[in-house]
Formats: sequence, C-alpha cells, structure tokens
Amino acid sequence: MISLKPDDRKSEKADREAENDGSRRAFLKGAAAVMAIAPGMTLYAYGTKDAVAKPLDEAATRKNRWGLLIDAAKFTDADVDRCVAACQKENGWKNTGHPLTDAQWIRRVNITNKKTGEHFSLPMMCQHCAEPPCADVCPTGASFRRDDGIVLVDKHICIGCRYCMMACPYKARSFVHEHLEDQKSYAPRGIGTVESCTMCVHRVDEGRQPACVEAAPQGAMVFGDLNDRSGKLAQLVERVATQQVRADLNLDPGVRYRNI
Amino acid sequence: MKSVVILQRLILMLVMITFSGAVLPGVVGHAAAQPAWMPKPPKAVGGKCDADPKWMRKWHMKALDHKRDETMHKGIRTRKFSLKNCISCHAVKDDNGKYITVRDERHFCRTCHDYAAVRIDCFDCHASRPGDKMDKAARAGGNPHENATKMSSVIRKGDTAMADFHKYIAGEGK
Repeated sequence: MISLKPDDRKSEKADREAENDGSRRAFLKGAAAVMAIAPGMTLYAYGTKDAVAKPLDEAATRKNRWGLLIDAAKFTDADVDRCVAACQKENGWKNTGHPLTDAQWIRRVNITNKKTGEHFSLPMMCQHCAEPPCADVCPTGASFRRDDGIVLVDKHICIGCRYCMMACPYKARSFVHEHLEDQKSYAPRGIGTVESCTMCVHRVDEGRQPACVEAAPQGAMVFGDLNDRSGKLAQLVERVATQQVRADLNLDPGVRYRNI
Repeated sequence: MKSVVILQRLILMLVMITFSGAVLPGVVGHAAAQPAWMPKPPKAVGGKCDADPKWMRKWHMKALDHKRDETMHKGIRTRKFSLKNCISCHAVKDDNGKYITVRDERHFCRTCHDYAAVRIDCFDCHASRPGDKMDKAARAGGNPHENATKMSSVIRKGDTAMADFHKYIAGEGK
C-alpha cells in the first residue's frame, strides 16, 4: 500500500519466514491428528475446526463467520458474573464507580416473570450482526464488520460521536470518558472513542476461544464458525432451535441464544 | 550600488558555506560530534530493528499507519512494524527499575517528539510501556532489562518546552 523501501528487504523476508514457521507450528498444535500416508504426503484430520489458528500473515476472510451459541438455561446469575469478570480481566475494562458512564462490554440481563416469579439471566454483549446498524450510521467508517463477521470499532478513525451507541438495539457499546493508562497491548482503548465486545478478536486470530466462553459453565457457551458445516457450532445451530434477540430487526446476529 | 550588494551577499554565502561544517557537525558529520541540543533517544534493548534505523527515523509513522490498518481491518498480526513490538523493544526503565510511561520525558518516543513539537496520540489508547505476558514473549534476545537501567542514567533529562504535551497526556491540560 505504501511505496516505501526499507533498506533491509532481505531481513524482512527472513522475518516473515520465521513468523510463518511459528504460525505453522501453532496451526499444527490445533490439529487433532496428523497422519503420514506416504513419504512426502501428510494427511491432516481435524476433530473440530472451531479453534484453528489463522496464519499470522493471512487476512480474515468471508469463509468464516464467527459466532456464539449461548444456552441461558445453563447459566446462574453467578455464572454470568464470572463471564463478565473474565471479560474485564482479559480486556482491561472495569467499574470505576460511575455506573451511568462506565464501560460495559458484556453485562448480565435479568429476566423475571412477574406473575410466576420465574427468573433467569443471560450474558448480553455485541451480537456481531451481519447487518450491523452501528456500521450503517457511523459517519467515518470507524464502525465496521470484519470479513469474518466480527464487528469492531477502529478507534484510529472514531471521532466519538456516539451515533452507533444510539443505533445499537442491544445497548452493547460504551464510550470512554476518562484518560486511561497501561491498557492491554492487544485491547487498546482510550478516551473519546466508542468500544464494545470484540469477540476477543486477538484470541480468535490465534485460534483461541473468547475469554467469556472459557469462563462459562461447560457447554453453556459455544464458540465457533457458523459457516463451517462440520464444526461444532454450525452443527448445533442446525440441530437445535436457537433464538435471536430482536429477530424482528433482521440483523442476522452472530450471537444466538437458547432457552430464553 | 547594486553590484556592491550582490558582492556582499556572495561573500556572506561563501562564509556560511565554509563554516557550516564547523557549526553543524551533528547534521553533516559523525554522530559522536552531535551537538547537545539534538535529541538523544535511548538505544533499543531487543536486538535488531524491523528496518534500518535511518529509514525508521524518516518513515516509522507510515509503517505504523500501514500496519495498524492491516491489523485492525484484516487481522494480520505479524510482528514486523507492530506498535506493541516497538514498545517492547524501546522500553526504558527509571532509576527504580520500573518501565516508564509516556508521561516521563525520558520515554523513547518523547525524546524526539518533544524536540520536534509533534504531538502523538498513540498513547491515548495504546499502552506506552510493556506490561503483560505477551509483551515479554515478544521481546527478543537476552535480558532486555539490563541495558535499560544503565541507560536511564545517560538519558538526556530533556527540556520542558513541551510542558503542554506533558499536561495533556497526564489529563491535566483540559
């Protein structure tokens, strides 16, 4: 893109090779079985493709559509709070005693039937819509949907107008009001910009699961590729009835729910 | 009259050309002869730079810009020209052995940017010192802490011309 000529082209190439080698190793780690079928030929068989690392130098593509399936029946209030805490720890946001303006990437939504007293709760965060209203209204293009379906804010071009916060039907976005220091290197966040759940994009690119999924009870949250028919998530979504929050808006969220 | 003025100017130019080598040895001469008012950024601690230092001095902002778009929009997370990597390698420790943030005028980026009066807002969002485990893993070669402590004593204390910048970073300038 930029027509600049570093003096050490050779070392650049060497660097890239070293990196590719590293990512290839990580790639192999994610493989369930590797079988040599003939000299020089290797068969890679994957138990699940839900957590395969993308090579570091490869761009995200439309081949993938990352998503989540959240089973509300498997969550207690405390479980949801553990997911929230895991997100805070991972991405470095916290409550500073200003509940009206504090950042909130993921929150607990309580649902109670007033007649019967039946109560349950669920984690609510950016639903990573295929047709994100936040990106529609963004005047600078800072709100965008990555090719693999993850909706992000490019804080380099965000002007902090907060239209996206108004447009989001899930109240998923927050505005940073305070000066921050010592942010996580993989989750930069700062004053004057809008932020929200990134589906732990830095982890996804490495082939890991989002932090909330790791903190959730076994099977309560399933992360995976909605486009990969052989993957765990796509198979679950195909087999069981899932729900979208505000399905009437036709936003095609990547985050689906059960038992709500 | 006119020719006298032209002659005077010619002589002045000749004098300037003759003595420029002596006046600005830091610019045209060897780095060791650099005058005191030139910025002296601390040496990196992580080994070889992603590009030739001369090239980096001129183009680092373009390289960082390019990389940021690649990472943000495409998810390309190679090590080369990533800000995280620059921060890890160019980390500076204070006299107590702690990494300094950009609030401190001895911070690698500030040594030059204060001098050039160019305000950068990278650190409104990005951490200005290495912090988490990933940073430590990214740092290559030897114990990066050794040199940094030694260096902090030789780092130029810096001028206070960019006090406004300092205040802004500290959140007091508003």
